[in-house]
Amino acid sequence: MSEEKKTKKSESSEIERILESSRREFLKKAGLSGAAIITGAAAIYAGFRHEKGKRPENVIKVLTPDNRLVEIPADQVKDYKPGLKVFQTRGRAGLKGKKWVMLIDLSKCRNARKCVTACQAAHHLRPYEYHMNTLIMQESVNMPAYYMPKPCHHCDNPPCVSVCPVDATFKRQDGIVLIDNERCIGCRFCMAACPYSARIFHWQDPQNTEEDKGEIYNIELNVPQKRGTISKCLFSADRLRDGMLPYCVSACPNGVYYFGDENEDAVTNGTTKETVSLKELLKKNGGYQLLTELGTKPRVYYLPPKNRLFEFEEPDSGTQGEKS
Amino acid sequence: MTDHDNQQYKDRLEKVASVVLRPVRINNKGFILWMGFLIVAFAACLFAYSIQLRKGLIVTGLRDYTSWGMYIANFVFFVATSLVGMLISCVLGLIGFKWVKPVARIAEIIAIAFAAVAGLVIISDMGRPDRLPYVFMFGRVQSPILWDVTVVTTYFALSLLLWFFPLIPDLAVAKNKLSGRPAFLAKAYEILSFKWVHHEEQYRILHIAVRILLILVVPTAFAIHTVTSWLFAFTPRAGWDSSIFGPYFISGAFVSGTSALLIAMYFFRKNYKFQDYLTDFHFEKLGRVLFLVSIVYLYFNLNEFLVPAYKMKKLDAIHLHELFMGKYALLFWSVQLGGLVIPIIILLIRKMRKPLPLFIISMFVFAASWLKRFIIVVPPQAHPFLPVQNVPAEWHIYSPTLIETAITMASLLLALIIITVLSKLFPVLPVCELAEDEAIADNELLSGIENNSK
Repeated sequence: MSEEKKTKKSESSEIERILESSRREFLKKAGLSGAAIITGAAAIYAGFRHEKGKRPENVIKVLTPDNRLVEIPADQVKDYKPGLKVFQTRGRAGLKGKKWVMLIDLSKCRNARKCVTACQAAHHLRPYEYHMNTLIMQESVNMPAYYMPKPCHHCDNPPCVSVCPVDATFKRQDGIVLIDNERCIGCRFCMAACPYSARIFHWQDPQNTEEDKGEIYNIELNVPQKRGTISKCLFSADRLRDGMLPYCVSACPNGVYYFGDENEDAVTNGTTKETVSLKELLKKNGGYQLLTELGTKPRVYYLPPKNRLFEFEEPDSGTQGEKS
Repeated sequence: MTDHDNQQYKDRLEKVASVVLRPVRINNKGFILWMGFLIVAFAACLFAYSIQLRKGLIVTGLRDYTSWGMYIANFVFFVATSLVGMLISCVLGLIGFKWVKPVARIAEIIAIAFAAVAGLVIISDMGRPDRLPYVFMFGRVQSPILWDVTVVTTYFALSLLLWFFPLIPDLAVAKNKLSGRPAFLAKAYEILSFKWVHHEEQYRILHIAVRILLILVVPTAFAIHTVTSWLFAFTPRAGWDSSIFGPYFISGAFVSGTSALLIAMYFFRKNYKFQDYLTDFHFEKLGRVLFLVSIVYLYFNLNEFLVPAYKMKKLDAIHLHELFMGKYALLFWSVQLGGLVIPIIILLIRKMRKPLPLFIISMFVFAASWLKRFIIVVPPQAHPFLPVQNVPAEWHIYSPTLIETAITMASLLLALIIITVLSKLFPVLPVCELAEDEAIADNELLSGIENNSK
């Protein structure tokens, strides 16, 4: 404005006679400028109002953990990645109201070992590191040999948990026995105490040490595995949290595995996806458990290898070790 | 209490002190060579441990089925041997055997060294030694490992005090008799003797303190080895699942401890020229102790092996077959015969309870004691409840590696270093107590002569 004024003044000093008309001109220009400013401001304000009016279309509704429905601008929404603390807290607590059980039908097992490989892939294990192993069993000379998949038995009276000096292995409310490799000191007392030989130890750097670098440790998957700590079958606690069946159960092509919740008395076959009553299944087929005389109260049940679907064949690799 | 001002006592004190303090010098050639050897060998073994730290326990022969091996056997052996401090000072001392006085301090030195190293040995077996503080931060009292940590450290502390308290008057006597030794030694004696003036009241307090310690050490020592046995007996495995493991371990501990003491005594008698104080009589007595504890141990062995061998339950049968006739037969029978049965028979002969024969017998017994721990720890793991299948062939049988052996050697070397330092810098025999005893012995001798002449 002042710049305009100065220019006007120098003009009037040059041409005196048109002073009056210039003055009028000046007023006119000033008036125009003022109108333009007001219009501009109004336009910005209108635009602002307009944008404000558009907002409800760009938010999304989110349910908070305490059951409140809230709205969040869409551009501020980020994918949720739980941190170590979340994994640890929820992993140690377990899934409320559940009592997981596994049932293994030995009459259907033909040693396909799909359960073993699926498990090893999920938990980043070497081919000879087992959370789940299939054993050849023969009780005595005249007894027939059969295949027996052997996971951790997730005992209700777990000897491994009793002896752990640092609470690295623990029993959850949903029946699963887990191992926290952020805590484990590698004393291997649990291995000595476990009658099912369910536990393995990372004597060297685990399989995917390089690839898993920087990953957040998920206690329910036990990945990344760590050197100098224990690992074992977890009943695929990470899959159960997502409402899926364990890796081994889903991978079996022969319908060997049933998995489910003891509280609901319902177990689902991993191959046929058929859900049946646990008690009925055990009752009709003469279900049993391993080494119950030790008082460990295992959560894994077996159905005997009668009326076998597949004939027993000695595996190609010849002697794989002693028979029971 | 003997009158500590009387002239006869003072003369004896001079005499005893001159003998006991003679070896307290660190500038002689033998000592420097020995210490040099120990330190160089220890450093070499520490290098082996650095490899284990870098690569993990894969450098050992341990695998998933036999996951406790040499290290744990070695730990049990160290805890066992440390029990000799309790046996000599407390059990025999409290019963009132006067002859234990000159050997009690040697027993305490062994106890201190072996208890201290036992605590370190267990770290060599840990997959994550960096997480050792977790045992204190997150410790669960339900775990026998916590009990073991607690009682081993307590026993170490008590043994250290039990060694040190009776040493205080000796240091006070010795601090002025250290001519020709480095000045720091006299200074250290001065500080550690806490201005001891041989006052009757000081002696009274000292005796009460020592007596309290003697009584406290008994349950602690029983606890350390019983708890150590429970690390095994608390599992259901055949070969470990035994209700007599506590007393079986304790009696075995007395055998290895007594043999260690006899070896040390023989060494001090020869090298420190203590034959006037570690006499044939003391060897004869300890030979009898070795016989006694060995025969008790034999009795427990009989129970431990014959009872399951009669029943031959499935897994016990596999385990015992391996021991008696299988892979471990040679080891088993050489340990049981060479380290227990034959020594017991030899010890029955009076001539064999002389210093040199006892030294040789003890070497056999001591070595066998180590191997026995190996037999207790390793074979039961090879045959768990469920068959071992689909694993690499070398996982089926445990064979220790060179690195593992070197790390185990490091523990023995460290124990020897501790024993050497303690026995070189401080009097090995109790100067004041021996001076008192000589006076008593003279009096008894005199009264004995008087009685006989009557």
